[in-house]
Amino acid sequence: MANLAVRAQGLTKWFGEGDAKTFAVRDASFEAHFGELLYIVGPSGSGKTTLLSMISGILRPNSGNVMIEDKDIWSLSDDEIADFRLNRIGFVFQDYHLFPRLTTVENVAIPLILKKMDWNESLKVALGYLEIVGLEERAQLPPVKLSGGEQQRVAIARAIASHPDILIFDEPTASLDGDTGRKIVEFVKKDILNEKRCIIIVTHDIRIFEFADRIMNMEDGKITGVEKREP
Amino acid sequence: MTGILKIALKLLVNDKSKFSALLVGITFAVFLMVMMTSMFSGILTRASATVLNIGAKVWVMDPAVNNVASSIPMPDYVLDAVRSINGVKYAVPLYSGGALVKLRSGSYQFVTVMGLDDSTLFGRPELLAGKIEDIFAENAFVVVQDAEFAKLENPIIGTEFEINDHRGVVVGLAKVNTSGLFGVPTLYTTFSRAITYIPSTRFTAAYILIEPKGSGDLSYIKRQVQKLGYEALTKDEFIQKISNFYKYNTGLGINVLLMTIISFIVGLSISGQTFYTFILENLEKFGALKAIGAKGRELITMILFQATFTALTAYGLGVGLATTLIVVARLRLPDYAAQITYGNLGLAFVMVLIIAGVSSYIGIRKVIRIEPFDIFRS
Ligand SMILES: Nc1ncnc2c1ncn2[C@@H]1O[C@H](COP(=O)(O)OP(=O)(O)OP(=O)(O)O)[C@@H](O)[C@H]1O
Ligand SMILES: [Mg+2]
Repeated sequence: MANLAVRAQGLTKWFGEGDAKTFAVRDASFEAHFGELLYIVGPSGSGKTTLLSMISGILRPNSGNVMIEDKDIWSLSDDEIADFRLNRIGFVFQDYHLFPRLTTVENVAIPLILKKMDWNESLKVALGYLEIVGLEERAQLPPVKLSGGEQQRVAIARAIASHPDILIFDEPTASLDGDTGRKIVEFVKKDILNEKRCIIIVTHDIRIFEFADRIMNMEDGKITGVEKREP
Repeated sequence: MTGILKIALKLLVNDKSKFSALLVGITFAVFLMVMMTSMFSGILTRASATVLNIGAKVWVMDPAVNNVASSIPMPDYVLDAVRSINGVKYAVPLYSGGALVKLRSGSYQFVTVMGLDDSTLFGRPELLAGKIEDIFAENAFVVVQDAEFAKLENPIIGTEFEINDHRGVVVGLAKVNTSGLFGVPTLYTTFSRAITYIPSTRFTAAYILIEPKGSGDLSYIKRQVQKLGYEALTKDEFIQKISNFYKYNTGLGINVLLMTIISFIVGLSISGQTFYTFILENLEKFGALKAIGAKGRELITMILFQATFTALTAYGLGVGLATTLIVVARLRLPDYAAQITYGNLGLAFVMVLIIAGVSSYIGIRKVIRIEPFDIFRS
């Protein structure tokens, strides 16, 4: 398939050794495509975050591989993986992980600064992304002054600022009220997703299922099925 | 400044309470270190005041002499023998002794008397008032206008006093570079008057001052003097000898060393601790940076920068504080002996760098080990 974004093959991750050894993810294989919004759902502890971390170059699997453009990212060196994360992946963490001692716009600029863009230039670009998520007026405030939904949008702006083609959201609506959560995912689907991007969302939240293109189920570390949603 | 350094700086400086705790800790340590070592070098310089003020290149003395004030007079034949050494351009005796002066008010004051060679006046001070030839006049003395001057009731030219039951008269006021350590005023007169006015031992020359023909002659002169059973030291060697005496034989050095080490340890523990807490609290942020794509190297750079920035700022503050205090103290106490040297500053700087190094090492170890995954799983 020409628009293949990620192909995970036989991903396995366990923690602990001996009696304490527990499998977080077992032999997981799946594909994600550009232009699609893929959901991963499953009960707590089923291995969703672990799986996301392995495909985004944050957590090294015990076995299996993650093919992106015919290259296994886990065969790269540490620096190359860091570059891969910086250039290809936009990760929106469950509790945002914004920097309280930086302004909102500086938070958004971080990936650009890591990409060695000039400071002023990166702030300018970051402001553009804040505009996309409708928060340009909050640019100079520290993130703690923002509401939960606004912080979520700042995190999204930061994730897309480096222009990644694979976006990963871990429980984006968990700490938002239903309405705000829906609005954000709706916004992501309408304004962030395009045919050159692949977005993977982990969620429990059935109120946002309607936006999914495909929904993948996980249970006890295993992928138990994928269903396609009709538009 | 590159972007990540700017971020590092903002993370540090915007955390006002930690940053100020760090600054206070290191500033205090630097301040103490600079103060202690400055006091010490001030004392050492004072202890060598006579050597500096007389300015002779080579000093001959009894090998047992270890500070200027406690000189051991040498017999006259030594002077003749020294004069006949090849490479000696000229050699003159220097008298150095103590006497009791009775001032006009009737009170007594102990003074140091330096007797300069009658024919050359070698080692004479620069005069602020009066003419140096007047030193040959009857009962003539030159008073040094240093921090102790007031103890002689601020004499002027013509002021009379009694010295060991002899009449004395002030014919000049002299300026010297360095005040002495012992808080005693200094008078200059001629060698011959000094030995007649002040009861002396059979031997009279405390030191023999040599002007060598060239610096190449030094080692030969030294060897010849040694054969006589005496010691010839260059000005710097003599100062060093005096310093060593105060450093190693008086307990002063050990105490200063201890105080310096303690300030260092206090500074190191306060700032090491605070920096470690700072890193711990920001661990999550460093993990986030790592997850976004910062390389280990970049995180290390950030931490090193934060530690160095704090250390240097505190160094500046500490040195500034010490300097201010010393300047103010000097204004109020002319005798205050502290002296900031490049050596003191360098020592404090090295210690501050060690503090920064240790603190960042602790931080770096922690940050390098974080797995971003552990942070996000929450
Ligand atoms: N660092 C770790 N050490 C030990 N066990 C771990 C570690 N990380 C994850 N696990 C275990 O792996 C399993 C999967 O964890 P994971 O966080 O991926 O689940 P999840 O599906 O994201 O759950 P949730 O919906 O609660 O976020 C859990 O049983 C968890 O306890
Ligand atoms: Mg999870």
